[in-house]
Amino acid sequence: MILVALLAAPLAGAVVLLVLLARRPSSGETAQVVPWYGVVVSGVTLALALAAAAVFDYGRAGRMQLQVDREWIPGLDLRFHLGVDGISLPLVVLTALLTFLCFLYLVRHRPEQGRFPELAFTLLVLEVGMIGTFLALDLLLFFVFFEIVLIPMYFVIAVWGGPERRAAAVKFILYTLLGSAVLLLGLLLIWSHAGTLDMVRLTERHGEGIPRAAQIIAFLAVGAGFAVKAPMWPLHTWLPAAHTEAPTVGSVLLAGVLLKMGTYGFARIALPVLPEGAEVLAPWLGALGVTGIVYGSLACLAQRDLKRLIAYSSVGHMGFVLLGLATLTPAGMNAALFGNIAHGLITGLLFFVVGSLKDRYHTASLASLPSGLLGTLPYLTSLLTFACVASLGLPGLAGFWGEMLALLAAFDPASTLSRPLYLTYMAVGGIGTVLTAAYFLRTLALITHGPPSRVAAAAEPEGHAVLTGPGPEDSAAAADLAAREAQAAGPDATAREHPAVPDVTAYELAAWTPLVVLILALGLWPKALLAVTDPAVRALLGAP
Amino acid sequence: MIQSIDYAAIAPSLILALMAGLVLLLDAFLPRTRTLLTAVTFAGVLASLVAVILQATAGRTLSTFCVPPDRRHPAPACSYVVDDLTLVFAAVVLTTALVIVLLSATQFTRPGAIPVGEWYFLLLCTLAGAVTLPASRDLIMLVVALELVSLPIFAMAALKRYDAKGSEAALKLFLVSVISTAVMLFGVSLLYGLTGSVHLDRIAAGLTAPVPVPGAAPGGVLAVGVVLVIAGFAFKVAAVPFHFWAGDVYQGAPLPVAALLSVISKAAGFAGLILVLTIALAGQTAFWSPVVAVLSALTMTAGNLLALRQRDPVRLLAWSSVAQSGYILAPLGVQGENAVGAATAYLAIYAAMNIGAFAVVMLVPGSGDLDDHRGLAFRRPAAALSLAFFLVCLAGLPPGLAGLFAKVVVFREIVDGGGAWLAVVMAVNTVIGLYYYLAWMARLFVPTPATPPVGDPTLTDGRLAAARPAAVAVAMALALSVAFSLAPQLILSVVG
Repeated sequence: MILVALLAAPLAGAVVLLVLLARRPSSGETAQVVPWYGVVVSGVTLALALAAAAVFDYGRAGRMQLQVDREWIPGLDLRFHLGVDGISLPLVVLTALLTFLCFLYLVRHRPEQGRFPELAFTLLVLEVGMIGTFLALDLLLFFVFFEIVLIPMYFVIAVWGGPERRAAAVKFILYTLLGSAVLLLGLLLIWSHAGTLDMVRLTERHGEGIPRAAQIIAFLAVGAGFAVKAPMWPLHTWLPAAHTEAPTVGSVLLAGVLLKMGTYGFARIALPVLPEGAEVLAPWLGALGVTGIVYGSLACLAQRDLKRLIAYSSVGHMGFVLLGLATLTPAGMNAALFGNIAHGLITGLLFFVVGSLKDRYHTASLASLPSGLLGTLPYLTSLLTFACVASLGLPGLAGFWGEMLALLAAFDPASTLSRPLYLTYMAVGGIGTVLTAAYFLRTLALITHGPPSRVAAAAEPEGHAVLTGPGPEDSAAAADLAAREAQAAGPDATAREHPAVPDVTAYELAAWTPLVVLILALGLWPKALLAVTDPAVRALLGAP
Repeated sequence: MIQSIDYAAIAPSLILALMAGLVLLLDAFLPRTRTLLTAVTFAGVLASLVAVILQATAGRTLSTFCVPPDRRHPAPACSYVVDDLTLVFAAVVLTTALVIVLLSATQFTRPGAIPVGEWYFLLLCTLAGAVTLPASRDLIMLVVALELVSLPIFAMAALKRYDAKGSEAALKLFLVSVISTAVMLFGVSLLYGLTGSVHLDRIAAGLTAPVPVPGAAPGGVLAVGVVLVIAGFAFKVAAVPFHFWAGDVYQGAPLPVAALLSVISKAAGFAGLILVLTIALAGQTAFWSPVVAVLSALTMTAGNLLALRQRDPVRLLAWSSVAQSGYILAPLGVQGENAVGAATAYLAIYAAMNIGAFAVVMLVPGSGDLDDHRGLAFRRPAAALSLAFFLVCLAGLPPGLAGLFAKVVVFREIVDGGGAWLAVVMAVNTVIGLYYYLAWMARLFVPTPATPPVGDPTLTDGRLAAARPAAVAVAMALALSVAFSLAPQLILSVVG
């Protein structure tokens, strides 16, 4: 029942908020109360998630636990079947944690567009969908939760996003929707051959009863659906736009949780339920994953916008996850799941920090952000450095293990797969890690290091060549323009007129510290997570 | 020969027909009776619905107007049969009708001077036809019932006097309908000529008989007959290539008529199509199901593409309902076991959500542009949230689970029946559909400048009172859609 409560808490919170909103449209008073309301509701959810983690029997992490199994729609064979095992538990906790941290962050750092109560409502609905996806053990129920996140995310981007938000939101939803439509077809194909929608039973059968051809087609369909979400190269093109335009919390949840829904789908449904299809298509999955790694890194090297850069780095990191999955071995799957969690923590932190930078300087462009930030904003910049270094896979931090284990797994893929091919993947992936290091170090060199630029502290609007040192006429024109823009922008611009940009605030620190601690903890003691996922992975793959 | 009539079987249609007469009389003899007539009509539809429910709870198949067995046919053939399919269609039609009566009550408060008595008379006649049609089991009864559905609708479309668009809509509808009837009658006569019978089950028997009827025509005649019959019904459900009338007619006619066309008239068309295809032509599935599949794919694609470009909410709903017709046809396009069940379930759920969308459009007066709905969430949160829910249902996304499950039912049938290409076409179409529904929905939540836009004058008490029936209509449709979202087995268990 704790799992039902886990879904009911944010849902009830959202409904109550909706009723309050409908009664009294957002006045100043509600806007004051709501932030803490969101913190409380998501805090309760987090507490429930932690309680679930506490009562979870780690000795039997390979089995589904805390199950709820009720009939919902007999006409569709749909059962309300929830449960957690070693694979889903970490993701559920991650989701609850990130949502809670987002609300904590929002207490002080609201998007400029206002309408905060609506944002809180949207995020709570989003949380229901995200947690539900990881809990569902019925294919259709999984699909329903998978879809629930779409509309809230669309609104988060379309209402609270940046200047290009409409286009980004539409792109996001069309891409993912096309993916889900195909996914639904795949799931129904599985259902029509296997005669059941129950994921536990389907997993136990390991594809028995589904003919080989049907498995391949179903894997293609299901895989395409998850690949859009993951995102896998070349289906990733919605991601940079969505990430760049989304508000900070949107980016954090998008990168931290939504992308995981794709790879989780691979691990939970595509690989165990359709083993023969997986065998045939795994090399392609690996190839696309590796392409994503290299493509993502190269794209990052060419980016001028920090948020876009991190978005592309996600493509690369998810490439490692896909490579791990494509090995079809327990080691690879563990690596993938570890990479998933690590990426959620690290990229979540990265988007938080970059979002804060953007709030302070009103730009995320590498050219317009001042250099030498380490001198002006030491704490914020240290956190940025920490997150970047974690993301590039420094040993001792969480990012390292996901990548290293995935490459290691590619060294020894499942016996049915071609070893030379995977060795090539491993080599290419290795080059990818180097490129990853290259672009993160370039980024850090551009903004954290170097002489602190005084002009930049005044936070000029984008488009002025701060780094090249403007000539006298230029700076006069720039000052004029800045003044005019400040007038046009109204009260928002008052912050810009003060040269002193504040360093990390208490709320930011509160929201980020747990992430930092977890990144360190997982980096130093990866076994904590691997011990939870391993039995479940072995059960899924039917490995000893 | 004297036929005995089972009045319990025909009670729902009979009640409607009697009420139609009563309404006309009341209108003639009692002046100023708008509210009374609305109440009487509402009560009549409700009584008919109760009769349907009673028939359903009785739990046995009623049949009447039967002819006794003869030399060639060992079993009696009945023209009027009340089985599960009939009951589901009748219930869908009558429940929708309740909403339409409420919408009509609001319509009368708008400029356009529609004569109330005639309106309700025509409405009840249409309903009588729509309830009779799914029970019809012979070709003549089918055609008569279908005409009973269609004829009053032209008149209703034209009742808005001195309105050029209304007259144009009525004329278009009339021409299209007459042509479709002619086409269908020709097909029907061919089927009769081939088998020597008008009863659907006897036609089926005649077509599959090992020994052909003496002087049997070649197979080509059968094909022509089948295609003509399908074409006739395709006009009624606005399937491609007979869909051109939908946009103009929906837009020109009074809104309740558009709602009527999009749900009741369409349900009647589908009922007829399903009956002819699955009873009379049950043996020819291999021939007609590919035709229906192509028709379905074209219909959904054309409807969605046309809907993409619309700026007028009613036109958008018109084309989107064409697209939805395609989804309803889809299960019939594969030879699945439960194709009829899937199509019926989709139709029932579609009826609830589509009528809801129409009701909200009725409730929120506008100048015929989607931008009128901009920022509706801030002016009228309840209406906006209801509309958003209906749209999201039509798109088939959570939280509109009703629409999602309806699509799942259809998809499941197609995938199960092996119609892979149709499934892919439908998947792509779902995404296109989502785009315009979502674009509309997003408008509701866009903040507007302080001044209210043209076409939405400040609401006075009088206007609020006038809109009350429409508000009740929205609430009814919302309750149904939510019920279908949470418990789709309500309908799924009925259609098996």
